[in-house]
Amino acid sequence: MDYLGKDIFSIHESLVNGDITAEELTRQTIENAKKNDEDINAFVVFDEENAIKQAQEIDKAGIDPDNVLSGIPVAMKDNMLTKGVLTSAGSKMLSNFKPIIDGTAVAKMKEAGTINIGKTNMDEFAMGGSTETSFHGKTKNPWNLDKVPGGSSGGAAAAVAAGDVLVSLGSDTGGSIRQPASFNGIVGMKPTYGRVSRWGLIAFASSLDQIGPLTRTVKDNAVVLNAIAGKDEHDMTSSNKEVPDFTANIDKGVKGMKIALPKEYLGEGVDKDVQDAILAAADKYRELGATVEEVSLPNSKYGVAAYYIIAPSEASSNLQRFDGIRYGYRAQDAKNLEELYVKSRSQGFGDEVKRRIMVGTYSLSAGFFDAYFKKAAEVRTLIIDDFKKVFQDYDVILTPTAPTPAYSLKDEKDPITMYMNDILTIPVNMAGLPGMSVPAGFSDGLPIGMQLIGKPFDESTLYQAAYAFEQNTDFHKQDPKMGGAQ
Amino acid sequence: MNFETTIGLEVHVELKTNSKIFSPSPVQYGVDPNLNTNVIDWGYPGVLPSTNKGVVKSGIMAALALHAEVEKHPHFDRKNYFYPDNPKAYQITQKDTPDAHDGWIEIEVDGKKKKIGIEEMHIEEDAGKNTHGNKFSYVDLNRQGTPLIEIVSKPDIASPDEAYAYLEALRERILFTGISDVKMEEGSMRVDVNVSIRPYGQKEFGTKVELKNLNSFNYVRKGLAYEEKRQQRVIMAGGEIQQETRRFDETTGKTVLMRVKEGADDYRYFPEPDLPALDITDAWINEINDSMPEMPASRRQRYVNDFGLKDYDAMVLTQTKEMADFFDAMIKLGADPKMASNYLQVNVNAYLNDEQKDLSETEITPENLATMIKLIEDGTISSKMAKKVFKGITEGKEPKKFVEDNGMVQLSDPAQLQPIIDEVLSNNPQSVEDFHNGKDRAIGFLVGQIMKQTRGKANPQVVNKLLMASINK
Repeated sequence: MDYLGKDIFSIHESLVNGDITAEELTRQTIENAKKNDEDINAFVVFDEENAIKQAQEIDKAGIDPDNVLSGIPVAMKDNMLTKGVLTSAGSKMLSNFKPIIDGTAVAKMKEAGTINIGKTNMDEFAMGGSTETSFHGKTKNPWNLDKVPGGSSGGAAAAVAAGDVLVSLGSDTGGSIRQPASFNGIVGMKPTYGRVSRWGLIAFASSLDQIGPLTRTVKDNAVVLNAIAGKDEHDMTSSNKEVPDFTANIDKGVKGMKIALPKEYLGEGVDKDVQDAILAAADKYRELGATVEEVSLPNSKYGVAAYYIIAPSEASSNLQRFDGIRYGYRAQDAKNLEELYVKSRSQGFGDEVKRRIMVGTYSLSAGFFDAYFKKAAEVRTLIIDDFKKVFQDYDVILTPTAPTPAYSLKDEKDPITMYMNDILTIPVNMAGLPGMSVPAGFSDGLPIGMQLIGKPFDESTLYQAAYAFEQNTDFHKQDPKMGGAQ
Repeated sequence: MNFETTIGLEVHVELKTNSKIFSPSPVQYGVDPNLNTNVIDWGYPGVLPSTNKGVVKSGIMAALALHAEVEKHPHFDRKNYFYPDNPKAYQITQKDTPDAHDGWIEIEVDGKKKKIGIEEMHIEEDAGKNTHGNKFSYVDLNRQGTPLIEIVSKPDIASPDEAYAYLEALRERILFTGISDVKMEEGSMRVDVNVSIRPYGQKEFGTKVELKNLNSFNYVRKGLAYEEKRQQRVIMAGGEIQQETRRFDETTGKTVLMRVKEGADDYRYFPEPDLPALDITDAWINEINDSMPEMPASRRQRYVNDFGLKDYDAMVLTQTKEMADFFDAMIKLGADPKMASNYLQVNVNAYLNDEQKDLSETEITPENLATMIKLIEDGTISSKMAKKVFKGITEGKEPKKFVEDNGMVQLSDPAQLQPIIDEVLSNNPQSVEDFHNGKDRAIGFLVGQIMKQTRGKANPQVVNKLLMASINK
């Protein structure tokens, strides 16, 4: 099964009508995904056996005509715990780790009747924006196999873009859902911090991590968020705010909606094609009856600097549990405890992870804490205040998702340039706001994404704005060529 | 040169909650290694802690018991270090915002009362336990995540005796809140000691030395006394005190150097991002305050002032909360305080010792013991009979029914007793004569005869009265 040009609703209809069984669908989905993976390497592992077993059970029970997710094959990012199935977070450190529990989002998707066909590739421990740091090799962009798929949820985005699956779940700490969605011409939502439980998500930076859906269409995305959102007693940072039906107002249009266009997000460093696409999107919104006005978010420019202190600090602590004692990789030649720690971690972690552990450890050290971590936390407050001010007068903020379209796999990359690529998505995580990327144009055949940022727990308005745009544009209707530019 | 001593105590108290501080695993000892653990206790990838509200409540109770200011918005912090018994490689504790601060407790040494300040107290998780075998080392995570309260004193303690008194006062106050067993021998109370000396008049504190392996209050006192003298000797000899950790040797009573501290450990503390700050309302604090058990010092005062008990008796009755609660319950049921105190200290304590039981593990109830005391007071039974009745009480018997069932009711009716007395007098003229000749012992014999006739049921007081009246006629 190839999902190009399809959505959850069309597949659901086929399942309900009996045109295809869940088992057939699952088998064909895996077959197609495996074939595509020869080119793009979006998956770390396929879970064929369980997927087919689950599909058979669903067929036996009958497709639920009132549940559009019933029998829909999906994929999970490799940092989300899946019972009995490899969960390596893209790292050698966990290259043999098969958890004994499902994470909450994974479990909720299962309860909703979706069938997980496998785990998608990612930057090691979600640290990166290109899926090049994975222990399982690089993932390629289906639109151009010489380009990166973005990251860290690069496999998740590439799998959806290539038509492997309609839905994948990713995680987003500084843009890891939205930027790959942008690079792959699909829809990616990072919900409000606390909207989706983090139980069972291998932590990168706990105060920033959030799980969200990557899909081909806006409405599919809303349907999936419906399934995974909500308070979880296992995660005290999950919110008990009521979860609305995110599809309820999706087609209400944008007439009278107030959209803010922050000037700092369209400035230096943002490609001309990307700027043009966003300005065109702004015009489209005006045409559809919204007001679009320029605003300022002056402190967003400090977001990257502050993020690259807070996220590595939390990561340095979160990743300490990988010490070779209980699970995961253990160095074989250690002579004592200290050597076991040092060798297991030196051999088990890749360069980017080590770099961030070192930065984080330094930032938290006595004598440096005030100058780094504490200062970064203060900057975070300023960024939050900026957004609050804008949201007093506006419903949605419109920006590019990434400063550029997908870049080349071959380019030499220095860490700072890579970090700057997250400049437009990071402030959203820092403020805990919902943000999504929606296809909004092309540049030399590569997709451009626009980012919509909403008020806390107001994903509904984001979907409403995104849907109006999608229904009045054709960007999402184009399909990747799966070829190299060479 | 004269010196003054400054002692700081850090006391860890293990809370007896049903489940752990951040996981639903039970808190329970003596089970197989790693049985009481789950993914949270293992530091499994992707899992998150959830705060046990009962632990927060216990923290507030401890704060109230120690007159401390409760922090309204405490958050947790991570203390980072690698060790196999610490599976996350960080301990969740409170650094920035301890659970409570600025408390005090009163101690008494040599009749002098003194307030010892409490700097702060915070809640945190305990670590697991490593054991080392021949080829392998083993990790048992049953203790991992057991809730602890660490109570840090101000450097107000000036002598080993004050340290001892502080620990006693702290222990009994915590004990009476019911949040912990506070038993040093079982590890539910642990003490870290810092001690320094300085010449009288010197403003700055001396260099402090940390003492370890102090497994009883007595060892704390002994260790401190030794250390005080050792430091004096070093300084008098022109030496300098090093910042070091010393171990108390129980057999020699001396402290032995373990290691010299070189710079502070860097635990890279930062706010725990997995747990939002708590919101502790005044309403909740008030609710807890209203339900706080009365502290032992206040009970002792009440027992002495209101019931006329001796200081010593009041002390014995407040050794455990169970005993004090039992006593108060008996008084409420109308038992005579002195008799209640006497029976608890003598009969009940002897029974507990013999049976090696706690009061709560026995069949003895305040109702039954109070009833028995009333039966003694109104003359229904003699104190001799009471011994049998008490045995019945330990078997869960109701005293009134027990007395009836065993025909133990005392004979107090003069109309019934007089004929028996008359008969005994006429049968024993020699004894009557002896009495009149000044041999008081004869009375004992006559009473014995009356008792024999009544098979011990005669009320001795009534018999005495009637006998004296009859014999002097």
